[in-house]
Amino acid sequence: MWDSPYCHLTGIDMSIILDHVNYIYDKDTAFERHALKDVNLQLQDGEFIGLIGHTGSGKSTLVQLLNGLLKPSAGAVYFDGADISDDDFDLKNLRASVGLVFQYPEHQLFETDVFQDVCFGPKNLGLSKKDAELRAFQALKQVGLKEEYFYQSPFDLSGGEKRRVAIAGVLAMQPKVLVLDEPTAGLDPKGREDILNMIAQLHKELHNTIVLVSHSMEDVADYVERIIVMNKGEVLYDAAPQEVFTHVEELEAVHLAVPEVTYIMRDLARAGIKVRTDVTTVEEAVEEILACYGR
Amino acid sequence: MLREITLGQYYQTDSVLHRLDPRVKIVGTLVFIASLFIANSPLGYGVAAVFLAVMIKLSHVPFQFIIRGMKAIFMLLIITMLFNLLLTPGEEVFHLWRLSVTKEGIRLALMMGIRLVFLVIGSSLMTLTTTPNNLTDGLEKLMGPLKVLHVPVHEIAMMMAIALRFIPILLEETDKIMKAQIARGARFDTGGIIDKARAMVPLLVPLFISAFRRAGDLAMAMEARCYHGGEGRTKMHPLAYEKRDALAYLLLALYLAVMILSRFVPVGGML
Ligand SMILES: Nc1ncnc2c1ncn2[C@@H]1O[C@H](COP(=O)(O)OP(=O)(O)OP(=O)(O)O)[C@@H](O)[C@H]1O
Ligand SMILES: [Mg+2]
Repeated sequence: MWDSPYCHLTGIDMSIILDHVNYIYDKDTAFERHALKDVNLQLQDGEFIGLIGHTGSGKSTLVQLLNGLLKPSAGAVYFDGADISDDDFDLKNLRASVGLVFQYPEHQLFETDVFQDVCFGPKNLGLSKKDAELRAFQALKQVGLKEEYFYQSPFDLSGGEKRRVAIAGVLAMQPKVLVLDEPTAGLDPKGREDILNMIAQLHKELHNTIVLVSHSMEDVADYVERIIVMNKGEVLYDAAPQEVFTHVEELEAVHLAVPEVTYIMRDLARAGIKVRTDVTTVEEAVEEILACYGR
Repeated sequence: MLREITLGQYYQTDSVLHRLDPRVKIVGTLVFIASLFIANSPLGYGVAAVFLAVMIKLSHVPFQFIIRGMKAIFMLLIITMLFNLLLTPGEEVFHLWRLSVTKEGIRLALMMGIRLVFLVIGSSLMTLTTTPNNLTDGLEKLMGPLKVLHVPVHEIAMMMAIALRFIPILLEETDKIMKAQIARGARFDTGGIIDKARAMVPLLVPLFISAFRRAGDLAMAMEARCYHGGEGRTKMHPLAYEKRDALAYLLLALYLAVMILSRFVPVGGML
C-alpha cells in the first residue's frame, strides 16, 4: 500500500521503523489535530538519540507510537519486522522491549513504598517475586537512589528522587529500548545534570537504545550521537549533533536554540578567527580554540 | 479514548443560542423538561420534537456531535425501555417466554424512550451552547433570591464552576496515568471482577493524589488573589438582558402554552 523505502529491510534485526507515519487526534471532530505528518524514521539497536522540538511539535505523540500506546492513523510502525497495528501483534512483548518513561513520571507512583512501586513493572511481566525484587534492587541502584529511601513512601521523597524512582520502575523491566519523555522537566540545574549523567551512564553500561526527548539542545548535545528535530509534527532534521547545529537560523525559526558554545564559535569565526563552527560541547570548543593558537 | 464523552461539553461556535443570556437557557431547559412530562399525546411529543429540532438548527452544533453524547446514556435507555415494555400489566399483545408484552407496555416504553432522549438532548444543548462560566453566572443570578434564606448561592455556583472545569482535566489525567501504567505492563481489561478492581489501584491512587494536589494548588491560587467568597464581589461582564432575551422568554411561554393545550386536544386520541 505504501511504497516504503524501508520495505526491503523489514525482518532484519533492527529495532524500530516508522514508515510514513501520520497521527491525528480526535479525527473527524471539531478538535481534530494532525499531530504527526509523514514521519519516516529508523531507530538502530544501541543508538543514543535525542528527540527535540518546540512545545506541541509532536514529541510525546511520537514516543507513544514507539511502544504501541497509540497506533498510527496512517502509515506503519514496525518493531523487529512486525507491524504493530496487526491484529496478532504481540503488544505485551513490545511493551516489555520498549520502556517508556512519561513526562512527569513521578505522578504515576502509587505503592506504599518505593521498592514495591519499582517491582510493579517486572511483576507485570510475569516474573517471580524473587526475580522482580532482584531487578527492582538493581534498577534502584542504577538510578543512584540511596538505600535508606527504598522502604519509604514514594510520596515523602523530593521531586528529583521521585523522578529517579519512576525511571527505575521502567528500568526494572530491562527494556531493550528506553524512551524518556523530558526526564529533566521541572528540575533544577543540578538535578538535570544528575539525571542526564545517569542516563548516559546507563547507555555506557547496558548498550541499549535510548531515546531522550527534550526541549533543550543544550541538554542533549553533550550526550547523544544523533538528533531528531521535530517541527509541527514533521521531522525537520535527523543527523549527528554537529551537523544539526550548523543550521542555526533554521533552528531559531522553529524556536530552538543551539548550545551557547556553538554561538560563540560562530561569532569567533565571523570575527576572522579560523575555528570550526560545528562544535557542540565546551571541551571541544576549548580544544579548538587552543589549536587555533597553535597550542 | 475518554475524550469521546461529550456530555456537558461546550461547543465553540457562533449562533443565536450561544449569544442568549444563560438565564434564558437555564429557564428554557427547565421549561422544556417540564413540558416533556406535561405532554401525554403524540401531538404533544410532536410539538416538542419540532421545538427541539428548531433549537438544534439554531445552535449551529453539528447533529452528529450531539448524538455522540447520547452514547453515554444508550444502556440506560435500553434498560428503561425493556423494563417498561416487559413489566407493564394490561392488554396482552403477544407473549415472550413467560413475559407478556402489553399495549400499555409498548405505549409506556415509547413514551419513556422519547422523554429520556429529548431530555438529554435538550440539556446537552444548553451546555453545548453555554460556557461553564456563563452557566454558573446564570445559575448564581437565578438563585439570587434564595440568599434571603441563607442558601450559600455564590458558593454553590463556584463549586459548580470548578467541578465543570475539572471534568476535562481529570479525564485527561486519567488517560495519561492509564497509559503510563500500561507502559509498565498493567492490564485494565483482563481477569475477573476482583482482578479488574485490583488493577484499578495503580490508576486511582495517582488520580486521587493528583486531584488533591490540583485542588490544593487552586485554593492557594485563589487565596493569593484575595478570593474571600461572594461578598461584595463584582463581575467583569455582568449579565444583562437584551431584546432577544425578552423575545426568547416570550417564545418559551408560547411553547409552554401550546404544550399544556395539547393535553386537551383529542388529536390522535390517547395513544
Ligand atoms: N490526548 C490528546 N488529545 C488531543 N490532542 C492532543 C493530545 N495530546 C497531544 N495533542 C495535540 O497534539 C499535538 C502534539 O502534542 P505532543 O504532546 O505530542 O507535543 P510535545 O512535542 O510532546 O509537546 P511538549 O513539549 O509540550 O510536551 C499538540 O498540538 C497537542 O495539542
Ligand atoms: Mg510532550
